[in-house]
Amino acid sequence: MLRFFLRRFTVAVLVALTVLTLAFLLTRLSGDLAISIAGPNATAADVETIRQVYGLNRPLHVQYFDWLGRAVQGDFGDSFFFRDRVANLIASRMSVTLTLGLVGLGIALVVSLPLGILAAVREGTWVDRAVSLVALIGQAMPSFWLGLVLMVVFGLQLGWLPISGTGSWEHYVMPGVVLAFSAIPSLTRLTRSGMIEALASDYIRTARAKGLSRLSILVKHGFRNAAIPVVSIAAVQLGFMLGGSIVIETVFALHGIGYLAWESISKNDFPVVQAVVLVLALLYIGLTLAADLLNAVLDPRLRTG
Amino acid sequence: MSGAVLPVGRGARLLRNPGFLVGAFIVGACAVLAVLAPWIVPYDPFAIDLNRRVVPPAFMEGGSLQNLLGTDQLGRDYLSRLIYGARISMLIGVLTVITSGIIGTTLGVLGGFYGGRVDDAVVFAITTRLSIPAVLVALAVAALRGSSLMLVILVLGLLLWDRFAVVARSTTMQIRNLDYVAAAWCAGVSRWWVLTREVLPNIATHLAVVATLEMALAILLEAALSFLGLGVPAPLPSWGLMISEAKDYMFFSPWVIVIPGMALFVLVLGVNLLGDALRDMMGTDLSR
Repeated sequence: MLRFFLRRFTVAVLVALTVLTLAFLLTRLSGDLAISIAGPNATAADVETIRQVYGLNRPLHVQYFDWLGRAVQGDFGDSFFFRDRVANLIASRMSVTLTLGLVGLGIALVVSLPLGILAAVREGTWVDRAVSLVALIGQAMPSFWLGLVLMVVFGLQLGWLPISGTGSWEHYVMPGVVLAFSAIPSLTRLTRSGMIEALASDYIRTARAKGLSRLSILVKHGFRNAAIPVVSIAAVQLGFMLGGSIVIETVFALHGIGYLAWESISKNDFPVVQAVVLVLALLYIGLTLAADLLNAVLDPRLRTG
Repeated sequence: MSGAVLPVGRGARLLRNPGFLVGAFIVGACAVLAVLAPWIVPYDPFAIDLNRRVVPPAFMEGGSLQNLLGTDQLGRDYLSRLIYGARISMLIGVLTVITSGIIGTTLGVLGGFYGGRVDDAVVFAITTRLSIPAVLVALAVAALRGSSLMLVILVLGLLLWDRFAVVARSTTMQIRNLDYVAAAWCAGVSRWWVLTREVLPNIATHLAVVATLEMALAILLEAALSFLGLGVPAPLPSWGLMISEAKDYMFFSPWVIVIPGMALFVLVLGVNLLGDALRDMMGTDLSR
């Protein structure tokens, strides 16, 4: 168990370091950073001043190690635009994104677990086909468009929910639903296939033979076994959802780190963009690591890997 | 004999699958519209007419048969722009899948075939790729380099290869120890021959399923990037860009976002239906 943990942890740290390097290269290889920062109206002298001030005239490897050294300590420098430490900016916006992600995941689980179980129990019937149709529709739905349509219907025409902003819990309902749509198809399919597999197994037949109630067989014996892959995929999905929240936060003007990233991209504020890429990547790495470990705890067969 | 019979049976089963028929119809129709766009559009999709702005579609009140799907905020014919938009979506979908398919398949086959250190490196590359937030990186690159159609294709192609690699790797692992591969080795063929003539053809159907999934994803991502203003640049009629440009009018005339959004939804649904039918045909579930 300890060896498995150490191996997994080492890989996670190496991946994190690679992403750090890529985030650095991203801003340096995509054109001249100083010209991007200076903006379209800058003179050659302005660009030169920016090179001096931000240390962009130093050799690339010096810049890299300097940046890396600070980044691993959580120091991402100053924002060009907000006149604040990047770390402070991200810390103050993080709770919004995390809330949105958890709300989205919560809605997705509440919808997809019952749907998946239902489809498995009624495998091959019209119920099963209807559920896979729901999954297909969810998969094909452009999230930003669904967001706009919900805004028109529930925000304007029915007037039930606020159209955009960050003030209260009501502001999270529509973005949460839209975000959930991206996770519902895969979670539903996984629950369905896991349940089908579990229901076909010998221990379910034993449970049936013992004359246990239908509900007890489904929940205690079936779902608990089907839940193992669902738990790990849910964690991975949360990571994807946090990464994808940039579109939804922008649509709903929800001031999380996705919105911060979008603002920073449009203002050429690259230290912030770099830091958000990193934070999202680290969250994903942490979540998949947690999912793997949880899986190993739940299912001893996986520990040998 | 049986080798010749099997594909026919599979093809016939595919043709009886309603999902496949609907999907093939949608994607086929989109492809035809995309190819024939310049010859079938009623108007020039770039022609601005400021006297006829946001005219509703013909089937709504205030619409006329002159512009079947109405006009946009600059008086451009919506139907013509929609048809040209199919061009962009199909182009992005197909070219992205080719780029990412080449990268992912190469990595996956190499990892699955050689195993050991090579495989460790491939798995590491996949893990790293998955931890990078794709939308954000694509937006940042587009902002730094200035967005263009080619850049969007390139960036998406370089980002969406992970599932190709995962599937190519696992299927190659299953195949490399099978009898017909061993027979090929015994016949004294080269490693290149085994990879291209024995392994690749036998994982091709699995890769085709991934290709549909990735094509759908690429089309959706392009629309999202264009919607955020960092995808396909104006005045090209990308469906995502059409939604973005029209959204100031959506509270008064919701149809301006409903029409391009429905087009996007239907095309992606069609691509996914094709993928599902292919997967059912093989009887395996690769979407997880």
